Amino acid sequence: MSIGPMVQPQGDAPPAPLHGWTPRALYIHIPFCTNKCFYCDFNSYVVEGQPVDAYLDALEREMERTVAALPPETIRKVFVGGGTPTVLTPAQMTRFLDSVARHFPVAPGAEFTMEANPGTTDPAKLEAMRAGGVNRISFGAQSFDNGLLAAIGRIHEADDVVRSIENARRAGFTNLSIDLMFGLPRQTLEQLKDSVEKALELDLPHYSLYSLKVEENTLFHRLYERGELPLPEEDVEVAMYEHLRERLGRAGYKQYEVSNFAKPGFESRHNGTYWRNEPYYGLGAGAHGYARGERHMNVKGVQAYIDAAAIGLPRKETHTVTVREAMEDFMMVGLRLLDGVREADFRRQFGGAASEDVFGEVLAKLREQGLLERFGEGEAAGYRLTEKGIPLGNEVFGAFL
Amino acid sequence: MADNQRKQSHIRNFCIIAHIDHGKSTLADRILEYTGTLTSREMQDQILDSMDLERERGITIKLQAVRLQYKADDGETYTLHLIDTPGHVDFTYEVSRSLAACEGALLIVDAAQGIEAQTLANVYLALDNNLEILPVVNKIDLPSAEPERVKQEIEDVIGLDASDAVLASAKNGIGIKEILEQVVTKIPPPQGDINAPLKALIFDSHYDAYKGVVCYIRVIDGTIRAGTPIKFMATGATFDVVEVGTFKPRATVVDELGPGDVGYVTASIKNVKDTRVGDTVTNAKNPTPEPLPGYKRINPMVFCGLYPIDSSDYNDLRDALEKLELNDASLRFEPETSQALGFGFRCGFLGMLHMEIIQERIEREFNIPLITTAPSVIYKVTLTSGQQLEISNPSEYPEAGKLDFVEEPYVKASIIVPKDFVGPIMELCQSKRGEFIDMQYLDTNRVTLKYDIPLAEIVYDFFDQLKSSTKGYASFDYELSGYRQSNLVKMDILLNGEKVDALSFIVHRDRAYQRGRVICEKLKELIPRQMFEVPIQAAIGQKVISRETIKAMRKNVLAKCYGGDISRKRKLLEKQKEGKKRMKQVGSVEVPQEAFMAVLKIDE
Repeated sequence: MSIGPMVQPQGDAPPAPLHGWTPRALYIHIPFCTNKCFYCDFNSYVVEGQPVDAYLDALEREMERTVAALPPETIRKVFVGGGTPTVLTPAQMTRFLDSVARHFPVAPGAEFTMEANPGTTDPAKLEAMRAGGVNRISFGAQSFDNGLLAAIGRIHEADDVVRSIENARRAGFTNLSIDLMFGLPRQTLEQLKDSVEKALELDLPHYSLYSLKVEENTLFHRLYERGELPLPEEDVEVAMYEHLRERLGRAGYKQYEVSNFAKPGFESRHNGTYWRNEPYYGLGAGAHGYARGERHMNVKGVQAYIDAAAIGLPRKETHTVTVREAMEDFMMVGLRLLDGVREADFRRQFGGAASEDVFGEVLAKLREQGLLERFGEGEAAGYRLTEKGIPLGNEVFGAFL
Repeated sequence: MADNQRKQSHIRNFCIIAHIDHGKSTLADRILEYTGTLTSREMQDQILDSMDLERERGITIKLQAVRLQYKADDGETYTLHLIDTPGHVDFTYEVSRSLAACEGALLIVDAAQGIEAQTLANVYLALDNNLEILPVVNKIDLPSAEPERVKQEIEDVIGLDASDAVLASAKNGIGIKEILEQVVTKIPPPQGDINAPLKALIFDSHYDAYKGVVCYIRVIDGTIRAGTPIKFMATGATFDVVEVGTFKPRATVVDELGPGDVGYVTASIKNVKDTRVGDTVTNAKNPTPEPLPGYKRINPMVFCGLYPIDSSDYNDLRDALEKLELNDASLRFEPETSQALGFGFRCGFLGMLHMEIIQERIEREFNIPLITTAPSVIYKVTLTSGQQLEISNPSEYPEAGKLDFVEEPYVKASIIVPKDFVGPIMELCQSKRGEFIDMQYLDTNRVTLKYDIPLAEIVYDFFDQLKSSTKGYASFDYELSGYRQSNLVKMDILLNGEKVDALSFIVHRDRAYQRGRVICEKLKELIPRQMFEVPIQAAIGQKVISRETIKAMRKNVLAKCYGGDISRKRKLLEKQKEGKKRMKQVGSVEVPQEAFMAVLKIDE
């Protein structure tokens, strides 16, 4: 990996560009879904009646402008998220993936993930995806309990998940993952255990297990404010988390991040970009990118994005990250990885600065609280969450801000 | 000279006495509008209540004084000074000073509700100041209005002749002219000798960043102008006047203020302690022999600790208190230290509303997040050694062995209430250790109840309970009636095994167990889960009488890092951090602001 100019954290000096190296990761957002789930506050719109082709045109405009502004080097990780990218028709899919390949030099062995919802991946579409370079699919299964699925606004049923995985395998995909959610309204520990067993029966190399977070501007938030969202008690949620950590561990999966479990070698490499605070291209409506020490967010609305991309880079906000902020981000996201943050990486990103000089007091306090531990010596040293710290991660991450 | 006398004979100084909600501010607005003091474009609703807080609460805290020009039916133009008065029991002294600046008062009574306890208290103050009182029956447009009954009530209860009472609706502008005519014809012009040495009353003041202290004065004798050497008789401070002016309603410079005039004076006064509401201003070179009567440094009745949540705000908090003290003669503060809360101030207030207002103003106007400890009164403690102490902070309460006896302040409470609520009120007063004194019918429907009640019970939650047990119909006034010996104990609260001095309180022994239990429950609700289990205990001396446990926090972790949206994750964590900043680290426990007031918020 080539590394760009280094920066020294200095008091009043103007912020030098951080992370000067060219992104090796690419995120593209497809903001369409068949419907809106009750907990969802992502940038997504019901696809019916949306100008999908015009959107794909606009994406190509943004790709052109992006590579002109920041010519890419070999891309090692691609992630197409949404929304539900698999609501595209096979023809739209082929055309979209072609445009990606035309603008970005995706390495032959790159990880190329696409998000999908069960029931949106027929064989023709899967073939278009495979032909276009996709080699990893992440399905939003969420639960194997049809009652719960309906209660959170999903339109698929448990059987659809199984069928979709079968179809994907038949089409030649082996690197597959599903998302499951816990802490859902009225969900019991028994229901979660049952879903975990059904998920494990699929024998996938990767599982993401998220607890529900009630976000503003969602149906769930309105219900929550009215006191009409019967979420499980904290102790039940803890029991759920403990169960799935234990059960997946027993099944041979390593928890490599707060919410992610994988067979060795199947960790999500793209998400690793975020967790290691490394740069990435971000394209599409509402997408976030991080390159040359700048974070940006694109305009969110579909038509607004199409209009903006016709004129220039469709940015809504651009923000120059200060050295201090980048250091905080590094700790905040890096400690989500159970292997923790390595001192060597910190020094490399921040021109030789030592994390202990910057965060000495915070690190000491978190260690005293038993939430964080130090490992290794010298260059190999680093920090990671303790067993106690894992379910209390926010207490740790927030302490660095 | 003749000019001066003519000018003086055309001045009328008056204020408005009314119960909260009886329409005082609306009437003041209409008067300003009618006299053209403000064009409708300038007219903000209820212009006199200038602080946000006053508008929100619908109460007047700060006094204001406005000069109006009114052309009366006799063809003459009169200068009227309308002096606004606060309408709450906590501010009786300020009311009495503003009344002292007037010759007359409008008594506004709601045509549906009739006379309230606070109105009555202020009418008596006005009568003490020999004011001409003009009754006005307001809100006659209400369907439930009974102006004749209310007029009768004014005659029966206060003993005023109400036959000429103006029937008005401030809201609809009815009766405004009639009111102004009565002001001109019935209120006497100010007395006072322009040739006598200067004598003027300070009835309010505020601090201006450019001009220093702005004193609101009513001139009794003599004149005052820029350059006049002045002396504040109570504090002894002397200054040269920089500027005099009147409020129209905006501050407007004039050459001179003479007898009967109401206006302001600035004199580059930097030290806020030099000017006191109620003090007399005189000419330093030619002083009046006698100051005006009635000045007193008034004594606060309720005390609490104010601490900055962030200890680095300590100096800012002192500055804020000094600035507030300027136009608040009754605010007291002195530094104190708490083991739990660090450096702060013990502050004295006139009452609970006053305390809440100061707390809110510090947080809003000075942006200093605060922790307020539960209010306390002054206890008189006699030790076995015979030594006597006055204690306003429970943490100073001596240990049982050294204590001979304790006395606590009692107030005489007057409550006016519709007769259907007499039962609940008596029950409430008894539950607050009240002793019945007297009950009288005001009319066929309404009753005045009088009780002797410990002040500590009043500051506790008496207002809230009074309101809720009478659907808001009761009105209430009180005055200090003296000290009595009581069987009191100090209750300590322990968090995680450590005594938190700021949570200690003094309570009657008979109620100690009950209150200890409830406060532990309440604290359990208010203190969020921590990284470890936190026991809460209530103890008298070494004896623990109640215990609760806050379970340890077990899970707090963000789910997903979606599409690389790091900034959102940051925002969520920053919000979490903001929440923590509103809490105070007490030993190892993070305690939210509200917890320190928990003792007030419990229903027994």
